[in-house]
Amino acid sequence: MQRLLEWIDARFPLSATWKAHLSEYYAPKNFNFWYYFGSLALLVLVIQIVTGIFLTMHYKPDANHAFASVEYIMRDVPYGWLIRYAHSTGASAFFIVVYLHMFRALLYGSHRKPRELIWIFGVLIYLALMAEAFFGYLLPWGQMSYWGAQVIVNLFAAIPIIGEDLSIWIRGDYVVSDATLNRFFAFHVIALPLVLLGLVAAHIVALHEVGSNNPDGVEIKKKKDGQGRPLDGIPFHPYYTVKDILGVVVFLIVFTAILFFAPEMGGYFLEANNFIPADPLKTPEHIAPVWYFTPYYAILRAVPPMFGSQFPGVLAMGVAVLIFFFLPWLDRSPVKSIRYRGPKYKIALTLFVIAFIGLGILGILPATSLYTWIARVLTVIYFAFFLLMPWYTRYDSHKPEPERVTAK
Amino acid sequence: MSDMAVDNSKRRFLVAVSSTLGGVAAVGAALPFVFSMSPSARALAAGAPIEVDLSKIEPGMKVDVEWRGKPVWVVHRTPEMLALLPKHDDKLTDPKSENAAQQPKYCQNPTRSIKPEYFVVIGICTHLGCSPTYRADIGAADLGADWPGGWFCPCHGSRFDMAARVFKGSPAPTNLVVPPHKYLSETKVLIGEDQASA
Repeated sequence: MQRLLEWIDARFPLSATWKAHLSEYYAPKNFNFWYYFGSLALLVLVIQIVTGIFLTMHYKPDANHAFASVEYIMRDVPYGWLIRYAHSTGASAFFIVVYLHMFRALLYGSHRKPRELIWIFGVLIYLALMAEAFFGYLLPWGQMSYWGAQVIVNLFAAIPIIGEDLSIWIRGDYVVSDATLNRFFAFHVIALPLVLLGLVAAHIVALHEVGSNNPDGVEIKKKKDGQGRPLDGIPFHPYYTVKDILGVVVFLIVFTAILFFAPEMGGYFLEANNFIPADPLKTPEHIAPVWYFTPYYAILRAVPPMFGSQFPGVLAMGVAVLIFFFLPWLDRSPVKSIRYRGPKYKIALTLFVIAFIGLGILGILPATSLYTWIARVLTVIYFAFFLLMPWYTRYDSHKPEPERVTAK
Repeated sequence: MSDMAVDNSKRRFLVAVSSTLGGVAAVGAALPFVFSMSPSARALAAGAPIEVDLSKIEPGMKVDVEWRGKPVWVVHRTPEMLALLPKHDDKLTDPKSENAAQQPKYCQNPTRSIKPEYFVVIGICTHLGCSPTYRADIGAADLGADWPGGWFCPCHGSRFDMAARVFKGSPAPTNLVVPPHKYLSETKVLIGEDQASA
């Protein structure tokens, strides 16, 4: 075995890679609960790719056959129901894990210097994931698939001047049709997964170059021992591989419980209207996107049309997503972790979480005038969190950061 | 060859020229892929005009036909519906149909139609493309006592009257689109082709 390894190492950096990224990659020793979600996101990505490959073996991307082929997978393909439900549950699980992963960054300042690029790669992953989820949602060709895609593609039609032609180009037809389904399939199964894998690789390479942040927000690389190892670092393998396996076990218990007992999650993971085949002539009574898009959907609906155009709402929705890119530069606090920040940031972050969840709930509900006004208030809070950040983070009272991490 | 000094400016020039030309070639090579996503000849052909027989539509009824894959509504409006049309102009965003993009010139009139009793309109909400629900029931309980009949979009709550003019306060910015159409005879209308200017 040893000689085989030497043979390989002379030709490919196998041992060196293992050491650099696992057995001699030093991670801070004080990781807590919030640090599970990165590895869990990787796990869900693997689940989605594996189940996705097996779904494509039976699915037909054709407007006349798509709906029936999904039902065929559910009823006739051995264990097809399991694979399909794993894929649909995985989609929601992906967003839960990613939202918690992003929240961790807001807690401990993981997006701050010198980790801006990790954050930017991360936001790009989030964007790719949204596109991936959107394209995938059309494929079952149910009523909600169809009209959801119709609404989202029409968002592009709201762009002044080029919008109408752009939306026709995206659809490949005047309405969402077979041409649209076929190209969305191509994007969903090959184009975006490739982009996603590339971005995940860049995200991890950048992380391992700089090293992980930690709940104290201090740099462990500043204090090293004689051999150049961080005093507060422990090798990722075996310490954190073992920790992450615990996370994986707990996650899989929850994941499989949903998969077996509530795969539709009361209509939130798979909407009831999507069990009706797509009908281009009849819009369902109430259209709502899947839960992970509803905060942005609520922002879209909250902005009234201006100058005879609904573009302002579309713009607000786009900016609500893209504004995440600027977070590392909006935050002017001298400390990273919430442990040493003052009350202003804590209040702002709490309000932001309330606004995000509140908008998410409002995006599911029908638009009444009361709900629209609540959504407007929450939209203002959402944007204020970002736009006022340079001030409330700078003029906050801070506690001094410790020299070393404070693992208990 | 004793003088081996590198001419850097020549080198930079060559790199710049070859990258520029390479970039142009890359854009050129990308164009066929971009164009391949436009509507195909088959999708374009499916956009041909369609004929509708009006004699079969009872007063007050609406039929749905498909043109370019979009729902087109043809409504036979009753005299009562027509009488209500001018009574709520102050509540509408564009009561006089001044937005020229929303209807052909020959339908820029109070009823937004060629013949007042027959109304032809594309049944796609100008907000985000849902298909509004036909609610001809005047004074419907859920839409308010002053509801004059019209359409209600279930997606985001836009309201339209019996000439598909949008009510103020709706998310939809403009009236629904009246497609080009012309009468082939007293009872036959062709949707998708303009009538000769009258």
